[in-house]
Amino acid sequence: MTTKISIQAAHKTFGSGDKAIVALQEVNLEIGSNEFVTFVGASGCGKSTLLRCIGGLESLSSGSIKVDGVDINGPGVDRAMVFQHYSLYPWLTVTENIKFSRNLRAGREDLTSSDVEAASGRADALINLMGLNHVRDAYPNQLSGGMQQRVAIARALLSRPQILLMDEPFGALDAQTREVMHDMILHVSKLEKTTIVFVTHDVEEAIYLGQRVVVMAPRPGRVDSIYTVDLPAQRDQDMKLAPGFLQQKKAILTRIRETAGMRTDLELLERMTQQAAQHMQ
Amino acid sequence: MMLHRKLMAGWNAIWVIRGNLSRRAYLLFALSGLLLPLAAWWGISVSGWMDKVFMPGPLDVLLRTYTWFKEDDLTGDIWISTYRVLAGFTLSAVLAIPIGLMIGTYRPVQAMLEPLTDFIRYMPAVAFIPLVMLWVGIDESSKIAIIFIGTFFQMILMVAEDVRRVPITQIEAAQTMGANRGEIVKLVIVPSAKPALLDTLRVTMGWAWTYLVVAELVAANSGLGYSILRAQRFMQTDKIFAGIILIGLIGLTIDQLFRWLHRRNFPWMYKK
Repeated sequence: MTTKISIQAAHKTFGSGDKAIVALQEVNLEIGSNEFVTFVGASGCGKSTLLRCIGGLESLSSGSIKVDGVDINGPGVDRAMVFQHYSLYPWLTVTENIKFSRNLRAGREDLTSSDVEAASGRADALINLMGLNHVRDAYPNQLSGGMQQRVAIARALLSRPQILLMDEPFGALDAQTREVMHDMILHVSKLEKTTIVFVTHDVEEAIYLGQRVVVMAPRPGRVDSIYTVDLPAQRDQDMKLAPGFLQQKKAILTRIRETAGMRTDLELLERMTQQAAQHMQ
Repeated sequence: MMLHRKLMAGWNAIWVIRGNLSRRAYLLFALSGLLLPLAAWWGISVSGWMDKVFMPGPLDVLLRTYTWFKEDDLTGDIWISTYRVLAGFTLSAVLAIPIGLMIGTYRPVQAMLEPLTDFIRYMPAVAFIPLVMLWVGIDESSKIAIIFIGTFFQMILMVAEDVRRVPITQIEAAQTMGANRGEIVKLVIVPSAKPALLDTLRVTMGWAWTYLVVAELVAANSGLGYSILRAQRFMQTDKIFAGIILIGLIGLTIDQLFRWLHRRNFPWMYKK
């Protein structure tokens, strides 16, 4: 497997002086071509920041992120991004949203007329792939959350990005819709041969989707550990109940709790209970 | 008993917090909201509690409007006042929308212009009258200038706020699709803020009308505001009433026009 994304000694600090917060510290990571990598971690661990840095929406304080060996410089059409919500354009129909990047100069550069034709076919193909045919002329606010995310994914895929960055894309969906979306995105990743970097707070989701699960730790944000997922490439919802799956889920959850310093919270809860008991007497 | 219970249930149903109201019930409430004050006004005027000089009745006002139309130049007054308001309003919109767009989009522009605008908008427009007369003169442009001063600075800040309310993810999504700055402004920020901008225009149009009377303090010899001011001098309370109500009615019409434009231009906001 060739390396697609290479993160070297990545540091990111927000603010300065006493108020400086270290969001990323010494992150080193290689992500392979057509790999599906998921990121989990307690809040404040920098997983979203890292994703936004890869997407070029934030810049590193030091270190580098390379795609195909070339330093990234801001956002680019090779790295598409899907957000948790509010990213669709409510004044455009589903089809118009998906074709949005066709209006941009970056998408039109050195295009021949046959390319334009192919792109139009591409939009249709994506609409079919995502099961959006019956709503192609609807507006986003007429759609359910799950359908809206399908549109967002189709829009991101239109210009055939090599990398798809997903920031808790299914976080706002109900459990059943989420399962459907999981199998859909796995199908897409196989079909499109896209490298997918996927941030989530749901460990089960992370294992089910990822070939590797990267656990990040907070304060300062850093890579804590990496788990290789040992599941057949062709995933199936029943696997979530297999002992191996559950074991790995437990291991990762425990690790996240340890990095988050949950014990202090328990101590606090105990103190509060004691205080309350004293007041009652 | 059954009927009583049914009525009670219906009564409770319409007072649900943020509840729904049938179209018929809505019209009923809207009409009574308009007609009750009118009836109260008529009641007071026929009861003889108040002198007609202080409180003319609806009929007196209607009659006065008729004579104003017949013997005086009511149509001309309406026309010139509408012209002044629209001219002042359009001028301020044409300038405030691009400036507000820049303030809401680029931080340096915000830092440079927003505190200044905040400072100026607290200055009373009326106090500018002597300066406007000095700089602009006493012709039509001076009235337009007063309306402009009254609305422009508020409008800038409201437009900037509308632009700032465009969700950042809409902008970032465009960035990750390779949009440059110009494309983001043109294809994301402007269309996304448009419905809010139209609402801002609707609200500021109301303010423009409230500045009309002030504007027509400046050496005017026609217009609704001017007629109100002159009627004051001759204690023609019925004419004052007529002028105020006419301004209100024109305002209401324009307001409805804006709402209609909103529904027509942004159908996606009304589809659920």
